[in-house]
Amino acid sequence: MPAVQETVERVRRIDVDQYRYGFETLIESDKAPKGLSEDTVRFISAKKNEPAWMLEWRLEAFRRWQTMTEPTWARVNYPKIDYQDLYYYSAPKKKTLSSIDEIDPEILKTYEKLGIPLREVAMLEGVEPPPGGEPSANRKIAVDAVFDSVSVATTFQKELKAAGVIFMPISEAIREHPDLVQKYLGTVVPTSDNYFATLNSAVFSDGSFVYVPPGVRCPMELSTYFRINERNTGQFERTLIIADKGSYVSYLEGCTAPQRDENQLHAAVVELVTLDDAEIKYSTVQNWYPGNAEGKGGIYNFVTKRGDCRGKNSKISWTQVETGSAITWKYPSCILRGDNSSGEFYSIAISNGFQQVDSGTKMIHLGKNTSSRIISKGIAAGKSQNTYRGLVTAHRKATGARNYTACDSLLIGDKCGAHTVPYVEAKNSSATFEHEATTSKISEDVLFYCVQRGLSQEEAVGLVVNGFVKDVLQQLPMEFAVEAQKLISISLEGSVG
Amino acid sequence: MSLLEVKDLKVRVEEREILHGLTLTVNPGEVHAIMGPNGSGKSTLSHVIAGKPGYEVTDGQILFRGEDLLEMAPEERAAKGVFLAFQYPVEIPGVATMNFLRTALNAQRKARGEDEYSTPDFLKKVREVAKSLNIPQDMLKRGVNVGFSGGEKKRNEVLQMALFEPAVCILDEMDSGLDIDALRIAADGVNALRTPDRAMVVITHYQRLLNYIVPDVVHVMSKGRVVKSGGKELALELEESGYAQFEDAA
Repeated sequence: MPAVQETVERVRRIDVDQYRYGFETLIESDKAPKGLSEDTVRFISAKKNEPAWMLEWRLEAFRRWQTMTEPTWARVNYPKIDYQDLYYYSAPKKKTLSSIDEIDPEILKTYEKLGIPLREVAMLEGVEPPPGGEPSANRKIAVDAVFDSVSVATTFQKELKAAGVIFMPISEAIREHPDLVQKYLGTVVPTSDNYFATLNSAVFSDGSFVYVPPGVRCPMELSTYFRINERNTGQFERTLIIADKGSYVSYLEGCTAPQRDENQLHAAVVELVTLDDAEIKYSTVQNWYPGNAEGKGGIYNFVTKRGDCRGKNSKISWTQVETGSAITWKYPSCILRGDNSSGEFYSIAISNGFQQVDSGTKMIHLGKNTSSRIISKGIAAGKSQNTYRGLVTAHRKATGARNYTACDSLLIGDKCGAHTVPYVEAKNSSATFEHEATTSKISEDVLFYCVQRGLSQEEAVGLVVNGFVKDVLQQLPMEFAVEAQKLISISLEGSVG
Repeated sequence: MSLLEVKDLKVRVEEREILHGLTLTVNPGEVHAIMGPNGSGKSTLSHVIAGKPGYEVTDGQILFRGEDLLEMAPEERAAKGVFLAFQYPVEIPGVATMNFLRTALNAQRKARGEDEYSTPDFLKKVREVAKSLNIPQDMLKRGVNVGFSGGEKKRNEVLQMALFEPAVCILDEMDSGLDIDALRIAADGVNALRTPDRAMVVITHYQRLLNYIVPDVVHVMSKGRVVKSGGKELALELEESGYAQFEDAA
């Protein structure tokens, strides 16, 4: 694709860095005054024409946030964030869009450069559906694009509506489906949950809302694409997905940001709810700007993601490929409340340069015969630090709970670190928990074997790493897996001397 | 012009000199055997030709078709047609053999400015070669060398040799760890690749392998030098009298 190629070459020329998405889009934007106060919260709420209950909810969160302190337990170091020195709201300057043609062409171009089609075109015709997927000649993906603080476009609205699926910016859902939002918002990640989640509750500006009605299998993949563009802007998106009884939805999330010298804050909250016999598959390819070769700039990614298997036999599956961000602090978790419910966490976390990753999951077994599975692959290169932190716990009443955990770490070079911090608690004697962990280095012999067969050092590393993460890549929807595979190779460029 | 010329090569590993001025000339179509006791520097020679890191060349040169091989990165040497069949081929978990073969072959072709193989063309080619070497399709789907027997690993090396069509093949102790049947299959594969343009350097400890891959020239190495060269009968002579006489000579 020429647009992508052009971007790649442009970035190569600009910097030694290999970050592909470092371009900035020059558009006029509408910003809230810098800093955070009740007035900022009111400003955001007013911009979104929110009902009174929503403003109250935000203000309550803001007041609570003021009494909280930033957590320090993660294995990450960063200078103190000045929360008064950030912009909390930034929107492209153009009012209420009724069709995609009204979007600022600059923004459309940005998404084109990123390879995200906002025009409603069928993607990847003739691609084989994933296992269990509907056989269909042309698979489609509905995209919700979030630019800085607002959603700029959501595609395939009509088709989704026909199936009864609600997929829209959460700011619209608050106005159009207040009953659903009020019923579920903050029930998985309460406003009091943690410092960053509470901040998000006060100032979130947009994000996606999905509701899949009982018995409906969502006819296409849903996808949100987040991009931070504006300088000094925090992005606080809020995603809420509800799969009603017996329904199924697969949701993809991708992220990029321009290259900046200063750090940008990203503090998102994602809440998933599955009722009886429902399933949500949530996949992320996170490629926020990681900072330059000296460790300057990059996104601080402090994210709270949690799913609640509220109904019996329900299932939530998280798959994540983490390649970007200067700092990642993220633990997509499952509360296995319904009997026989199951949770999965498949993760690839790659760190290079000066990146710091502290990521993992929590599997909280509350219901009977609940099961969970954790496959984590951490890859550390350069001078990065990569930590897996996980909790598996079975409540007293969670009889027959089962967990299998495998944490593998791969080190490239000798200046990086990999750490595994698993917590396991079983409060009843019938729980079966298994934990396996390995740490290895890419051996010189393997690299030499590959280069002897004609691969460059970097191609060799890419190949070995892709082999290492294969079990997790297989969990991604196909088009994402291909993208992720390329991304992994790009992220590791320059990791071998 | 000679295909491969090693001239007065001196090599150190961590301050210790392993090769003390080694000279070897290989012409197209020739099969050379290099024999010698453990520690005589046979494997060092093969590694230095292929460009393995960790060796310091202090003197001498290696020319490949008249070009200075030591100036090239290992992958450039591979693309030019230098192939090393490893004594211990490595395992690469999660990377299907088929995928590895295609990636490597296309990398070499790209480096030479040739078109990359399309998937159907590649599959056709690989299947033909695999069949001739008695390699089951199933093996190509498994991770590179993962769970392969000793014989399968060596056949996989021969498969790559056949696929990449190199100009010079260096076989490092191909017979190690193989029973007689496995050895015969691998050797048959190698013999099928003998052409008037292609040269082979067969490194081995034992004469046994040379019953199957019959060399044109035999060199005896001892303590980092070639101490004697001769025809294939030299190998038989060695089998009877051992290496001791040459160790004294060196």
